[in-house]
Amino acid sequence: MSTVLTMAMPKGRIFEEAVDLLRQAGYPLPPEFDESRKLIIDAPEAGLRFILAKPMDVPTYVEHGVADIGIAGKDVMLEEERDVYEVLDLKISECYLAVAGLPDGNHQRVAPKIASKYPNVASHYFREQGQQVEVIKLNGSIELAPLIGLADRIVDIVSTGRTLKENGLVELEKIADITSRLIVNPASYRLHAARINDLVERMRTLVESKEGLQ
Amino acid sequence: MSKPFVFEKPAGMRDTLPAFYQKNEDIKNTIKNEMESWGYQFIQTPTLEYHDTVGEASAILDQQLFKLLDMEGKTLVLRPDMTAPIARVVSSSMKHVAYPLRLAYSSPVFRAQQREGGRPAEFEQVGIELIGEGTASAEAEALALMTEVIKKSGITSYTIAVGHIGFVQELLSDILGNDSRAGELLRYLNEKNYVGYTSHVKQLPLSSIDTQRLLKLLDLRGGVEVLNEALSLKPNVNGQRTLQELKTLYSLLGEYEAAQNIVFDFTLFSHMSYYTGIVFEGYAAGIGAPIASGGRYDDLLNRFDREAPAIGFAIRMDYFIEALGNQGDNKNRQCILYTEKRRKEALQLTKSKRAEGAHVVMQDLAGVKNVDEFSKRFDDVLYLIGSQQGEDFS
Repeated sequence: MSTVLTMAMPKGRIFEEAVDLLRQAGYPLPPEFDESRKLIIDAPEAGLRFILAKPMDVPTYVEHGVADIGIAGKDVMLEEERDVYEVLDLKISECYLAVAGLPDGNHQRVAPKIASKYPNVASHYFREQGQQVEVIKLNGSIELAPLIGLADRIVDIVSTGRTLKENGLVELEKIADITSRLIVNPASYRLHAARINDLVERMRTLVESKEGLQ
Repeated sequence: MSKPFVFEKPAGMRDTLPAFYQKNEDIKNTIKNEMESWGYQFIQTPTLEYHDTVGEASAILDQQLFKLLDMEGKTLVLRPDMTAPIARVVSSSMKHVAYPLRLAYSSPVFRAQQREGGRPAEFEQVGIELIGEGTASAEAEALALMTEVIKKSGITSYTIAVGHIGFVQELLSDILGNDSRAGELLRYLNEKNYVGYTSHVKQLPLSSIDTQRLLKLLDLRGGVEVLNEALSLKPNVNGQRTLQELKTLYSLLGEYEAAQNIVFDFTLFSHMSYYTGIVFEGYAAGIGAPIASGGRYDDLLNRFDREAPAIGFAIRMDYFIEALGNQGDNKNRQCILYTEKRRKEALQLTKSKRAEGAHVVMQDLAGVKNVDEFSKRFDDVLYLIGSQQGEDFS
C-alpha cells in the first residue's frame, strides 16, 4: 500500500532530532528541510508528510486523526491526556518535570501559589502529595513568577538547570522523567497497521541499539 | 458569569440544519432497514433515568453524566448510552419474554464534555443488542450485521478490529499470579500507554519467558494468524478455549462473507468497562475515531437481576456520516410560485405533484421579497404568474 502517513511534529529542536532518527531508521529524507516557515512538509520518497505544530498541540492533531502518528514529549502527554497510543519511548529530548522555587521561599500561606505551563500536571502532583495549592497557568517565562511574587513555586521542565540557576531558583522536588514519545491515532493504528508497525519497529530497533551503545 | 447570548446553546449541544438532517435520516433509514431485516425490533426508552440504576450501570464516567434532581430530590441522569437502559427494560417490562431477544434502538445519548466545548455532548447512536445468547453464533451475527450496515451505507474503505478483554485479563492474571498485579498492567493497556506497560513489565521480578509473554501481548494485532501467535503465549485452559472460539467466530464470519475486513487485535480495549468478552470497533478511512463499536457484556444484565449473556454494537452516526463524505444525493425540491389569480391552478398542480411523491413548496409571489434569492434554493421553480394559462419554467 502506498498510503502516505501524516506525522505531527513539534517545531524546532525536537523536529531536527526526530528527523535525524527517521533518517537513521532508513527513511529517505532530504538532507535538509530549509523551508523553516512551512507548516506542512511532504517527503514523498519516504511516504511521509510532516505537520509542524506547537509541541503542546501534537497529541491534539493525532487524537483527532488529522495526523496518523506524532512525536510528543511525555510532559505534554501527561498534561493533555489525549486518547492516543503511546507506543515508543524515543529517548530523545531528555529532561524532567520538577518543582522549583526561591531558596529562602516562604511557604506559609494557606494555599501556596504554583505557576506552571502544566496546570493539570501541577494540580495532580500536589493533590497526590496532599497539599492544597492554587495553580496559576502561564504560557512561558515561568521562572519570572516567583521572582516578582506572582507564585511561591513553579512546576516546569528542567533539562540542564541553567535557566533556574540564572534566575536564582532552586529545584525542590522532581516529578517525572520526560522524553519524547511516538504516539499513534487509534483508528490509524488499525487502518494503516502494516505501515505504522513497520515504522514503530524500525524506530524501536534503532532506539534499542543506541541504548546498547551507551 | 456573564449571561449567555440569546442565540447560545449549552456546551456540546448542536442544531441539525436541513441538509445534514436529510442526509442523516437517509443513512439512518438504510441502517435501520438492514437491522430490521435481520429481525431486530426497535424500542425507545426515556431520556431521563435514575442515577442509581442506569447511571450506575452505565460505563460512562460519572463526571460525564448530565445530572438533575426530580421533585423528590432523587438524582436523574440523561441517558449516557443505550445498553444500560435496554438491560433495564429487558429485566422489567420484557421480563416474561424468553431469551434470546433481538432489540434495536436509534436514539441520542448524552455525555458532558468538559475538555472541549466543540465536541458533541449529545449524539445519535443506532445499534442492536442480542440478549440471552452466549454462543459464537451470536458474536458472528453481531459482527456480520455491523459489517453489512457499513457496506450497505456505502463506506468502502473500512477495518473492523476484534479484541477479547477476557483473554487479556486471564493471561495477565495467570502470568502475574493475582488480579491486583494484573490490574496495574491493565490500567496501562486501557490508557493506551505501551511505554508505561513495557517499562513496568521489565521491572517485574519475572522469568525472562514470562516477561516475553507479557511484551509479546502488544504485538498480537493482525490477521487470523494472530490467534496462533496468541496460542504461543501459552494461555491457560480458559484462554485456549477463548482462542478456539475466536477461530470458530472467524470461520463463521467467512460464511457470512464478512471476514475480509476483520483484524484481530488483543490490544483493543474499550472505555466501556462492562465488556467481558470480545470487543470490536469499526474504523473508516480518514476518520480518527471509531465509527462503530461493540462487544460482549455478560455481567450487565445481572445488575438488573435477569442474568444473561449479551452482545451488542452501536453506530456512532456523526462519525459514520463524516466517513461517507459528500456521497448521498439530496432530494429534489421544487417550488411553484403563483400570483393570486392563479392560486387554484397552482394548488391543483401542487397537489398532483405531491401525490407523485415530489417535495413541493407552494409560495405566493406576494410573500417573497427577493425572488431570485428565493428561487436559488430549489432545483425547479415553476411560475404561475399573470393571467394567461400555461406553465412557465425557469
